[in-house]
Amino acid sequence: MELSNLVLRFRGQPNDVVDHVSLAAKSGEVLCVVGESGCGKSVTAMALMGLLPPDSSLISSGNLRIGGETFDLTRDVVPRAMRGNRIAMIFQEPMTSLNPAFRVGDQICEAIIQQGGATRAQARARAETMLRRVGIANPAQRLLEYPHQLSGGMRQRVMIAMALANDPQVLIADEPTTALDVTIQAQILDLIRDLRDDIGMSTIMITHDLGVVAEIGDRIAVMYGGQVVEQGPVREVFDNPQHPYTIGLMSAMPGLERPGARLAIVPGTVPTIANMPEGCRFRTRCVFATAACARRPALSEIAAQHQVACHFVPLEENIEVAR
Amino acid sequence: MTRTATQAPASNDPVLEARAENRVWKKFRSHKSAMLGGALVVFFILIALAAPLLPIPDPAATDWSAVRKAPSWAHWMGTDEIGRDVMSRLIWGAQASLAAGVVSVGIAVLFGVPLGILAGYFGGWTDAVISRCTEALLAVPFLILAIALAAFLGPSLTNAMIAIGISATPIFVRLTRGQVLSIRQENYIESALAVGLPTPKILSRYVLPNVLPPILVQSTLTIATAIIAEASLSFLGLGQQPPAPSWGSMLNTAKNFLNQAPWMAMWPGVSIFFVVLGFNLLGDGLRDALDPRDH
Repeated sequence: MELSNLVLRFRGQPNDVVDHVSLAAKSGEVLCVVGESGCGKSVTAMALMGLLPPDSSLISSGNLRIGGETFDLTRDVVPRAMRGNRIAMIFQEPMTSLNPAFRVGDQICEAIIQQGGATRAQARARAETMLRRVGIANPAQRLLEYPHQLSGGMRQRVMIAMALANDPQVLIADEPTTALDVTIQAQILDLIRDLRDDIGMSTIMITHDLGVVAEIGDRIAVMYGGQVVEQGPVREVFDNPQHPYTIGLMSAMPGLERPGARLAIVPGTVPTIANMPEGCRFRTRCVFATAACARRPALSEIAAQHQVACHFVPLEENIEVAR
Repeated sequence: MTRTATQAPASNDPVLEARAENRVWKKFRSHKSAMLGGALVVFFILIALAAPLLPIPDPAATDWSAVRKAPSWAHWMGTDEIGRDVMSRLIWGAQASLAAGVVSVGIAVLFGVPLGILAGYFGGWTDAVISRCTEALLAVPFLILAIALAAFLGPSLTNAMIAIGISATPIFVRLTRGQVLSIRQENYIESALAVGLPTPKILSRYVLPNVLPPILVQSTLTIATAIIAEASLSFLGLGQQPPAPSWGSMLNTAKNFLNQAPWMAMWPGVSIFFVVLGFNLLGDGLRDALDPRDH
């Protein structure tokens, strides 16, 4: 799966909320998209699914390639037939993502029948298999229960079962573990990893938790202000972060090396879309920023598959010059 | 949670249905006032249905030797100004009152709910058109509108029901639209879209069932209002036509004899009071019992 050059703007706003974002994940690969709230992660995901209301958002460029097919996102919304079939999504809030009025079994069956034209009985059997596969004990019994009878972790498993019931090629997971407690979080991540290995889908994991990235990610894309500022293999980016924002995020992670030490922070907050600076969008918060940053930096490759959008890469060598 | 684990295979649907009904029924039964309301409603419905079978005099038969007689063994609830048995008229009148309540609310729900769902879900100009029309209707007081429509359609029970139904429709459009607006934002609508369900299915399976509880409550409350409205229309001569009885028309004639024959007004008044109370209590109980989120 490959997304190229997505540009998206909310109507009535002067700047693009998603600015020339390109993401790619091979099958069997987990791409983690990280960044703080309001950086455009979720909006990108919604655009991929075709879930943004057309009356409030405007996509001016963007192609989505899944398998051999290419879709022009500016013209056709991702066809409904593809949603849930080729490309599926799980959401942040498992507690409210299931229809409270129907048994979970009916909801999973509906998703299956919708796509495959399976009979009721086949769909039920499939739903039961899927529930077992996502690690739900006694699936036949659970199918008959209403969402309110299930715990948060259980509901997220149901959501995953529903998303994967039609063997999608792409799974988009929008912060699937944020609303869950830590032990359940680990279980869900393990589950996603196992399923990825089994099914071989491309996974796009949206998160702001670098721990999750380390746990499950193959590649990472760091977003800031609607742009990808750094991307590459997780190991490479973690060992050698080059964009000042990535470095800031890394140092804001609690580590084991210096217990009790204060965490570094990235000062300030993401500017609102209306107040985005010209050029490098991070420059208002960047400790290294100079006049050169008024020009927009391009994503340039600094190591194998490792790209950074900063004028001063590699930072160690150039930072003295910049001062 | 006391559920018995069954070994029934997953496809055993009748078992599931029974279980879901049990859950609602159990909650409803523990609700004392709702049971009382339900009992009142059932009582009046049975009385209305059983009217032809009961050993009561013809509600239209006059008896000039027993004009405006107080309640006695011969006439348990007394007689009216031309000697008709009040109890008989009350029982036959229950048919008109209940039918008016149920049918007119049925009309209002049938038109109001789909319009409300369309307006709330699609927004834009669909919403603008539906909402402006609704507001235009709402600008006229409920009873005044019903009277105007009934007068326009011509006096009969059927026309009264239609008039009351149309007058009650805006309430349901507004209520449904508001509910849909909030439900549209729910994550489960988003996830339904994400699994690729088509819009009609989302409307019927995801939106409608979740707006239904408040609509059900509103329906029972509106049935109560509609019964009063029918009584008012009949009171004005726009509803049930003489000599067929209805509680409203009975009150209409009774008002002329309040001093001489208070029982003529009392019984239909008390009946309206209790049937309205019954529907109100029933509505509250149903709301609590049917809400799948609350337990």
